[in-house]
Amino acid sequence: MNMRRFSLIAVPYGWLLLLFLVPFLIVFKISLSDVALSIPPYTPTLELSEGWAGFRDFLSQLDFENYEFLATDDLYWKSYLSSLQIAFISTTICLLIGFPIAYGMANAPKEWQPTLMLLVILPFWTSFLIRVYSLIGILSQEGMLNQFLMWIGIINEPLTILNTNIAVYIGIVYTYVPFMILPIYATLIKLDGSLLEAAEDLGCSRTEAFWRITVPLSKAGIIAGCFLVFIPALGEFVIPSLLGGSDTLMIGKVLYEEFFANRDWPVAGAVAVILLLILIIPIVLYQRNEQKMMEADT
Amino acid sequence: MPQTAFEPWNDPDAKPLIQFRNVSKRFGDFTAIDDLSIDIFEREFFALLGPSGCGKTTMMRMLAGFETPTSGTIMLDGQDISPIPPNKRSVNMMFQSYALFPHLTVYENIAFGLRRSKMPKDEIDARVKQMLKLVQIEKFGARKPEQISGGQRQRVALARALAKGPKLLLLDEPLSALDKKLRQDTQFELMDIQEKTGTTFVVVTHDQEEAMTVASRVAVMDHGKLKQVDTPDRIYEAPNSTYVADFIGDVNIIEGYATKQGDTVSIAWSEGHSPIIGTPSKPIADGKVSFAIRPEKIAISAERPTDRNNIVHGKVLDIAYLGNLSTYHVALPDGTIIKAQTANSRRRSSRPFTWDDEVWLSWTDTAGIVLES
Repeated sequence: MNMRRFSLIAVPYGWLLLLFLVPFLIVFKISLSDVALSIPPYTPTLELSEGWAGFRDFLSQLDFENYEFLATDDLYWKSYLSSLQIAFISTTICLLIGFPIAYGMANAPKEWQPTLMLLVILPFWTSFLIRVYSLIGILSQEGMLNQFLMWIGIINEPLTILNTNIAVYIGIVYTYVPFMILPIYATLIKLDGSLLEAAEDLGCSRTEAFWRITVPLSKAGIIAGCFLVFIPALGEFVIPSLLGGSDTLMIGKVLYEEFFANRDWPVAGAVAVILLLILIIPIVLYQRNEQKMMEADT
Repeated sequence: MPQTAFEPWNDPDAKPLIQFRNVSKRFGDFTAIDDLSIDIFEREFFALLGPSGCGKTTMMRMLAGFETPTSGTIMLDGQDISPIPPNKRSVNMMFQSYALFPHLTVYENIAFGLRRSKMPKDEIDARVKQMLKLVQIEKFGARKPEQISGGQRQRVALARALAKGPKLLLLDEPLSALDKKLRQDTQFELMDIQEKTGTTFVVVTHDQEEAMTVASRVAVMDHGKLKQVDTPDRIYEAPNSTYVADFIGDVNIIEGYATKQGDTVSIAWSEGHSPIIGTPSKPIADGKVSFAIRPEKIAISAERPTDRNNIVHGKVLDIAYLGNLSTYHVALPDGTIIKAQTANSRRRSSRPFTWDDEVWLSWTDTAGIVLES
C-alpha cells in the first residue's frame, strides 16, 4: 500500500484504537475480574515481572461471574428495559416537538433563520449541569412552575413533578431536543419548494403534499435526529440522578451507583459492556443512514 | 378536404379557452402585470416571450393558481378561476427545474397525479404506460430521477404534466436545461406531442428561437405589458414597435424624418445620404420615424446596383462567419454601422469581401419596416 494513503488512514484508526478500543478492553478486563479491598479495587492485576507463568495465572483468574450475576438480579435487566422505554418515549416526544420547530424554522423568512438557529443553539452556551440544576428550581414543589400554575388558578395544590419519571422526561427532552431539530432542519432547508408546488399542481392538498413529499424527503434527517437523541438518552445518568426519584430506574444511574457508591468496579464494568452492546445496534443503523444521506447528496 | 389554416384568433365566433381581462398583479410597489387582456384559444401553442422580469412567469403562475391577480379576472372555459386552488384546476404545469419527486420512480412520478384522482388502478397503469410510450421512455419506468439523463428527465416531467389530460398545459422554460442540439430535436417532438394530444400549451421562454419554432402565436412582453401578440412570421416581419423588432432577431434601426410620397414615404436620416424609401404597412403622418431593416434583407455588392432606390456606400468593418451565414458590419462615411447578411450557399467559393473593402449596400422599397416613434 502506498505510504501516503496509509498515513492518512492511520490517523483516524490510531485515534479509535487509543481512545476507544484500549479503554474498552480495559473495562472489559475489569468486568471479568473480582472485587477486592485494594487499590485498584479489583483482582487480579497483571504483573509483568512474573513473565509468561504470571500471565497464565492472570488469565485463569478471569471469569464471567459478574455477567451471571447481572442475569440473576432482576434490578439490572429491569433497568435496561426501563432505560430503553424512557429513551424511546423521550425520542418520540423530541420528534413531536422538534419537527414542527424545524419546519417552522425552514419556512421562516430567510433573514430570520440565522437568529432562530442561534436560539436553538443558545442553551449550549451554558453548562449542561447548570441547566439541569435550574430545572430543579423550576419543577420543585415551591418551584416557579407550581407557583405560576397556582397564581393563574389552574391548580390549588402544588404538583409533585420533581423526583418522578415526568421530571426525567422533561429533562431529557429539554436537553436533547436541539439534536432533533438541527438534522431535520438541515434536510428541510434543502427541500426544493417547486416539488410542493408540483404536488399541488397534480392534485394534492397542502396537507397531502406535506405527508407525501415533505415527510418522505426529510426522512434521513428524522432518522438522524432520532438516533442522536436515543443513543445518549439510553445511557443518561445525570438527568435521572438529579431529577428522577428513587423509583426511576435507568441503567446509567445504576452504573454510576455501582461504580462510586458500591465501589464494585467489576459489576459496573459488566453493566457498561452490556450497555455498549445494546447501543451498537442503533449506532450501526445511524451510521448507515448517514452514509445514505451522503450518497444522496452527491 | 381542403386544409384550413389553424387561426382561431381571426375567427370572431371562436370561443377562447383562456381570457385575461384587465389583469394586474402587484407585489408591494412592483407591478409585475399591468392591466393585461388577452385571449388564448383551444389547441393553441402559445408562447410568452420576454426578458427576465417582464412578468411572463407571473402570468403562468396565475394560470396555475400559485398567484392570484390583484385586480381583473382570468377565465378558463368561461369560468372565473381565481377562487379555485391549484389542486382543483384542470391545468398542469411542467416546471423549469422539472420538480420530479426524487424519492419516487419515473413510473410513480407519472402516476402521482392519477393516484390523487379517483381513477381505478388498472386504468392508471394503462395511462402511465401510454404516457411513457408517448415520450419514448418506456425502458426507464423503474428508475429514479437521479438515474436518468437530463433529456430523459425533461420527458418524464412532460409525461407527468400530461398524464391527467389537462385542458391547459403550462411549460416554464421547458428546454432551457438541455444543450443546443438536444433542444432543437426536442422542440419538434414537443410540437408533435402537442398536436397528438390536442392539449392547449402555454410556454414561457426567454429564448426567441424556441418561441418562434414551436408556437402558433407569440406574445412579446415587457414590463408587465404585452407589446405584440402575433404569429411568429408576423412578429418577425411586421413588428409593431422598435422594442419587438429589436428583441426578435437582428435588426438595423435608423432614425429619420418621414415625408409622404404616395404609397411610400421618403425618410431623411443623415446629411449627405439620399433619403430612404420605405413602405409603411398602414398610413402614417409625416414626422419622426424609425426605419427597421433585417440584415438578410440588405444586399451587398462590389458594384453599384442600378435596380434599387435605396443604396449606400461604405467600408467593411467586421465579418462574423456563422457557417451558414456571414454577417458584414459596414461603416458608412458618417459613422453609421449597418449589418448585412448573406447566405454562404456555395462551399468552395472564397469570401467575396474582406476587411476594409469598399462595398455597396442596397435594399428594396418594401424590405424595411417604417415605425412611428
